[in-house]
Amino acid sequence: MELPEDLKYTREHEWVAIDGSVATIGITDHAQEQLGDVVFVELPSVGDRVEKADAFGVVESTKAVSDVYAPLSGEVAEVNDDLPDNPELINEDPYGDGWMVKITLGDNAGLDDLMTADEYRKFIEESATE
Amino acid sequence: MARRTPLYELHRQAGARFTEFSGWEMPVQYTGIIAEHQQVRSSAGLFDVSHMGELEVRGAGALALCQRVATNDASRLAVGQAQYTVWCTDDGGTIDDTILYRLGDQRYMFCVNAGNAETCRDWIREQQKHVPGADVVDRCDELGLIALQGPRAADVARRAHGAALPDLARFGCAETTVAGIPVIAARTGYTGEDGFELFVAAGQAASLWQALSEVASEDLTVASIGLGARDTLRLEAALPLYGHELSREVSPLEAGLGWAVKLEKGEFVGSRALAAQKQRGPARRLVGLELKQAGIARADYPVKSGDRTVGVVTSGTKSPTLGTAIALALLASESVDAPLSVEVRGRAIEAERVRTPFYRREGSR
Repeated sequence: MELPEDLKYTREHEWVAIDGSVATIGITDHAQEQLGDVVFVELPSVGDRVEKADAFGVVESTKAVSDVYAPLSGEVAEVNDDLPDNPELINEDPYGDGWMVKITLGDNAGLDDLMTADEYRKFIEESATE
Repeated sequence: MARRTPLYELHRQAGARFTEFSGWEMPVQYTGIIAEHQQVRSSAGLFDVSHMGELEVRGAGALALCQRVATNDASRLAVGQAQYTVWCTDDGGTIDDTILYRLGDQRYMFCVNAGNAETCRDWIREQQKHVPGADVVDRCDELGLIALQGPRAADVARRAHGAALPDLARFGCAETTVAGIPVIAARTGYTGEDGFELFVAAGQAASLWQALSEVASEDLTVASIGLGARDTLRLEAALPLYGHELSREVSPLEAGLGWAVKLEKGEFVGSRALAAQKQRGPARRLVGLELKQAGIARADYPVKSGDRTVGVVTSGTKSPTLGTAIALALLASESVDAPLSVEVRGRAIEAERVRTPFYRREGSR
């Protein structure tokens, strides 16, 4: 399981890369592995307002439908237009070509409770032993 | 706690991911559902379906009992032949869909779904009271079941010293050996491909699985296939799954299985209700749908015609072979030719009714 040290993570298995006021968001390697083959992705539109903890997108595998929750609040600045035609990018490169959206962060974006790679690794291990 | 098949340890060693299905801990995937699906469509795959149940019916009254509980005409079976057949309640609802094998003059065996095995056993023992001279033997624990499926299944069987298998006709069955292990072999399956289902003593199931796996070579690949791909394969072939297309609330006529309901054979459980249904026409019909816009129809999503809900999706997925979103849906009969849409997360996605099966293997009609 790949967990880049420079990213932040959520309990809903998203990753966040923060660059100034813009956050790039995707789902983690662990999440894509649990989902299996991703065959459909639904993304918000540029300009949509997303609220932390609300579902902003959907990832469907062969078997299951999963919501993707916004790890932060802000406005959608860009979406990955390659995903609708190539949803398998999420399996192949979850932290790279499989990114989902970029959000321009608002005030009170909710950065405080994001996890570091170490904290997320522990979170997954604890979830697995429950 | 979920039950485990005799092959559980082999699946675990192979790195399978497990899921609970009908009270069993079953492998859902090994490498990935799409890769496993394509493996079966292009070469050969092995499925552990030991969770399925087996009920043997023996004795002078065996045929009469089979005729009483199931809708198809068992009298048409010669020894060494099998048929798809449905068990119904008095009101025509579906108890289970099964395969019936004629193993001997007075020996038949039903293969029933895992989730219905106990219900079926209790049901047939109750029905047995009305039929003299028939014994029912529960062989669910005694037998494992391995399915070998795919266009190269016959080649795999030959290499595994199962020379009698390629000689079986479609829906033929025989007591024979594979790799020296006694099996009841049938040319049946649940994938839309050629292939075999092999009933084997539970204690020898692992040896049989290994023997079939070990014949794999560069020019003849054989892989383990989980329940995930089993589901996408059967859906492309438009084969019903109990609990989705079939239930106590759905009759075999509604599910498009009228060809397996032989009302002319004489009275059986459910025959009166089914005859009445046939006469007035079933209120609902199972149809194949293909989505024309982006989205995937899933079980329980509403099917609409305009603003009106006219039915429900029973199974849906993105077809790995066709690349389109396919679904089976149970619709009000009067709406099957209307313009249709599937409601996917509150949005109407245009759907077109298409012929089933969605996938047909080359050379099959």
